[in-house]
Amino acid sequence: MSKPIVATTSLAGCFGCHMSLLDIDERILDLIELVEFNKSPINDIKKFTKKCDIGLIEGGCCNSENVHVLKDFRENCKILISVGECAIMGGLPAMRNGIPIRECLEEAYLNGPSVKNNTEKIIPNDPEIPIMLDRVYPCHEVVKIDFHLPGCPPRADLIWDALVALITGSELKLPYEVVKFD
Amino acid sequence: MKNYTQKIVEKYHHDKTRLMDILIAVQSEYGYISSESIALIAHELKMSDVDVEQTVSFYHFFSAQPTGKFSIFLNNSAVANMMGREEVATALEQETGIKFGQVTPDGLIGLFETSCIGMNDQEPAAIINNRIFTKLTSFRVKEIIRDIKDGKKIEELYSASFGDGANRDVSVQSVVSNNIRKIGPILDPNYKIGEAIRKITKMTPLEVIDEVKNSSVRGRGGAGFPTGLKWEFCRNAKGERKYIFCNADEGEPGTFKDRVILTELPRLLFEGMVIAGYAVGATEGILYIRYEYKYLETYLEKILEAARKKNYLGKDIMGKKGFDFDIRIQFGAGAYVCGEESALIESAEGKRGEPRDRPPFPVEKGYLEMPTIVNNVETLCSVVKVILNGAEWYRSFGTAESTGTKLLSISGDCRNPGVYEVAWGFSVNDILAMVGKSANVQAVQVGGPSGSLIGPDEFSRNLGYEDLATGGSLIIFGEHRNLLKDVVLNFMDFFIEESCGSCSTCRILPSVLRTKLLKIMNARGVQQDIEDMVNWSGFLKASRCGLGQTAANPIITSIKNFRHLYEARVQSRKEYDTGFDLTKAVIEACEVTGRVPNI
Ligand SMILES: Cc1cc2nc3c(=O)[nH]c(=O)nc-3n(C[C@H](O)[C@H](O)[C@H](O)COP(=O)(O)O)c2cc1C
Ligand code: SF4
Ligand code: SF4
Repeated sequence: MSKPIVATTSLAGCFGCHMSLLDIDERILDLIELVEFNKSPINDIKKFTKKCDIGLIEGGCCNSENVHVLKDFRENCKILISVGECAIMGGLPAMRNGIPIRECLEEAYLNGPSVKNNTEKIIPNDPEIPIMLDRVYPCHEVVKIDFHLPGCPPRADLIWDALVALITGSELKLPYEVVKFD
Repeated sequence: MKNYTQKIVEKYHHDKTRLMDILIAVQSEYGYISSESIALIAHELKMSDVDVEQTVSFYHFFSAQPTGKFSIFLNNSAVANMMGREEVATALEQETGIKFGQVTPDGLIGLFETSCIGMNDQEPAAIINNRIFTKLTSFRVKEIIRDIKDGKKIEELYSASFGDGANRDVSVQSVVSNNIRKIGPILDPNYKIGEAIRKITKMTPLEVIDEVKNSSVRGRGGAGFPTGLKWEFCRNAKGERKYIFCNADEGEPGTFKDRVILTELPRLLFEGMVIAGYAVGATEGILYIRYEYKYLETYLEKILEAARKKNYLGKDIMGKKGFDFDIRIQFGAGAYVCGEESALIESAEGKRGEPRDRPPFPVEKGYLEMPTIVNNVETLCSVVKVILNGAEWYRSFGTAESTGTKLLSISGDCRNPGVYEVAWGFSVNDILAMVGKSANVQAVQVGGPSGSLIGPDEFSRNLGYEDLATGGSLIIFGEHRNLLKDVVLNFMDFFIEESCGSCSTCRILPSVLRTKLLKIMNARGVQQDIEDMVNWSGFLKASRCGLGQTAANPIITSIKNFRHLYEARVQSRKEYDTGFDLTKAVIEACEVTGRVPNI
């Protein structure tokens, strides 16, 4: 049997979840024995080159590009996993959800204490820039998500255990400390 | 400001458990409760500012910002919408030039929405400065707003004659109508006032409790707990004082029968409270009334005063040594959850109306930690008739498990909305025939939003604790109504608005369910969404009080009885759809940045 193929991405996240994945330390060697990586910042493959089995998503969707990437993952991966708070609930970026976009952008580009040289009072509007969404969406509100791995970030052991369980078809142990609130 | 507020605090003897009364007075005087007022009240009551603030922020009719010299609260219940609320709301916005939630720049008029105000039989209705305006039309709105702008006083805004019965009393003078369509033993005005009190002075408290137990009368507030048993628990509970509460919060949309009793038969109710006091050994009664019924205050105070003069209240009642009992009125300030008995007690103690954990139940530890009875208005009235005519007579009405009669508040698509007193045990079909239903009834909401939405298949079911239990609200929907939009969505909005927010289940799930409902209504739903709604609703059972526990009932019962309405709207070819719409999601950002969407 050929090795299962894994892809990963970071949407509106801080890359902490990817860091946590790397925190499995020397087991990374076991991991590349177990799986093959496709599109991922870990190997810098930018485009899907084949259909994948597992997609790991860090971060929620805060702009149009996040949505396209996520949809691309849904199309190319059999199983999608929301990894971490941001993917599951929007996380820290979703703090803006109660604030109108105009206020957010004006604070960031016009009125904020760190704004110095924007004399022309421009809010960036280049067509190349992805468009912000009305709020930050958790991934499962945009596409179907099969599993959620909680934590900020999820502990390295949890990511490791989950991948192994999924690949070997065994049951994942979810002790209380992993799924509790706070 | 200082003087008035200080005077009010003094009137209530610097007693922080009377914070509600103090805040109500300040709100009425100034139209809002400023941070200065809060600081002053906190100082005078030796509380922290935030403790006062949290009570202020809890109640719909308290406001930290000015609400206008004329504060207009338009009811947004399902029936109000059915009766043309939309047109009235538009007219209000047009005539005032402001949107709901705003105050005119000159501070003259404020426009606000509010949950059901207990006028379902005369919608659309609004409250303006504590006065009720019923059967509004766009024409009436024009007239009222013009009168306000012309500098008329609130008393001068009434045009037509007053409503029926005691609504015309000099101390009420309201356009509200009782619409009593059918009387029975409870609503029967021909009884001798004070006779029941005279009768119990010759009985022991235990004999009174026995009589109530024998009548098998059960609580009319919805839960149906046996009244005699509740009284016995309270009598046996230890406490240096005991309290009798009458629950006149009547917040369940579609219910208005307690308002009619308060208007037409307040003496009967007060007698019921006296009897309860005698039976359990309480000397103080508190009538907790929803703020929406504030227009009855002067009238009720007048009747209490007369009762004191007649010695139906006061010391040594009817000459019986040591039989002391008096009643005070406590107003709420707009919160459905305050109808829940432990929230009601919290509120009467001047706090946020958040339900308590139970046990201990109020009969053991209630108001000010003392054993407390909470009974519905109608329950207490029923007891008076039990004492007057005997338990056996009472049991001759109704069925074995549901003795006596029930006051039904009937509204919606029928010829004669109003209050009907009928014995338990009649079927929904019987009731529909009684009220003159419109040609084709599609559904009936039994027991308000927390009850069930039933269809014709179940119209043969009988009202009663053994089959279809109800606190008495029946809303009728004709075949032309859009049940999902007009009913289910409106009720979900109601629960979301009224949740006290303590339990995560009740704070979150109703919103989640509402989103799913909207998704289905917008033709983006899939079959799985229907199953999800049913399954997820189960978690609400973990909520602390009845509000959360029943908050999914509009969805659950409509899926059970009108599944086809949901299935007709879900996408048959898709298994999964999140309902996400990128085009919509970028509109706002494009507006702000002046970009053309290039997604
Ligand atoms: C959210 C909620 C609202 C309630 N509202 C009322 C109400 O407006 N009037 C009422 O009598 N009971 C109401 N109840 C029921 C009361 O908690 C309590 O059971 C009742 O007042 C007891 O009186 P009874 O035994 O005479 O029915 C409500 C309960 C809940 C959970
Ligand atoms: S969940 Fe935590 S670690 Fe992961 S992307 Fe979000 S903020 Fe970073
Ligand atoms: S169920 Fe809802 S209303 Fe009741 S206590 Fe919990 S949060 Fe408050």
